Amino acid sequence: MAGTGQGVAVTGVQEARSREAFQALARAELPRLLALARRLCSGDAEDLVQEALLRGYRSYPSLDDDRAAGGWLRTILVNVHRDRMRQCARKFEELPVADPDSFSLYRRIADEDPLPYSDTLHLDFLHAFSKEDVRQVLLRLPQMYRVPLVLCHMAGYATKEVAREYELPLGTVLARLHRGRKAFEREMWSYAEQNGLLKSGGHDA
Amino acid sequence: MPDKSHLIPCDEAVQQLWAYLDGAAPNHAAVEAHLTWCRRCCGEMEFVEYLRGMLASQATEEIPPQVTQRLERFIEEL
Repeated sequence: MAGTGQGVAVTGVQEARSREAFQALARAELPRLLALARRLCSGDAEDLVQEALLRGYRSYPSLDDDRAAGGWLRTILVNVHRDRMRQCARKFEELPVADPDSFSLYRRIADEDPLPYSDTLHLDFLHAFSKEDVRQVLLRLPQMYRVPLVLCHMAGYATKEVAREYELPLGTVLARLHRGRKAFEREMWSYAEQNGLLKSGGHDA
Repeated sequence: MPDKSHLIPCDEAVQQLWAYLDGAAPNHAAVEAHLTWCRRCCGEMEFVEYLRGMLASQATEEIPPQVTQRLERFIEEL
């Protein structure tokens, strides 16, 4: 029937438009998706992005508000990551919780940096880190601490959203976030020591 | 005797600085009061604020070009 054929043609055009629109969205969001994935996990970030793009593509027709598309796609990526972590739950759920850590990077820099004290001592320390250095420090942290840290500080999640997505009690997320921050401070110092960032102000970011 | 129950030591204030900057410190008023007179902890708060900014950075420039190229091809194939 002519009517049916026309209907199929219209549907085909809509599908092509939808595909092109999704591809444009994916290209625009790719740097942020990759940056987020490369902080959530070390080895399979590319794979994580691919799966998120596939899931996003399948559910793209149901997205109501294109203005929210970037956040929607990043949420899908976090969901993919959460699902993968559930599959190997021991990595996230069953690690022993470390004792509260009272380390202060600020004080350690003042106490132990070999450079003579100056007003910019602390900022000089931080400026020595490139963005890749910061990512490497994050990847040194156990996943249980890294994930809340990345989601809350980089992806803009509230702690209760992390708790909901990862099915954890809010108190657990808050404790891991606190310890994750302290562990991050400690690893910044260790990384600086091991990579010669303490001596001459390091390299350009 | 004036009431000094709101006073907290530096160690306690420093433990709460990240949460304070979130507006979620367990003892927000005490940290705030501490920061009005303790210059060292004020310096540490500014330091933590900068550190938070480094964590929040949407850094993309370190991504190897071949990874981006592979993913762009993946998008073309969708």
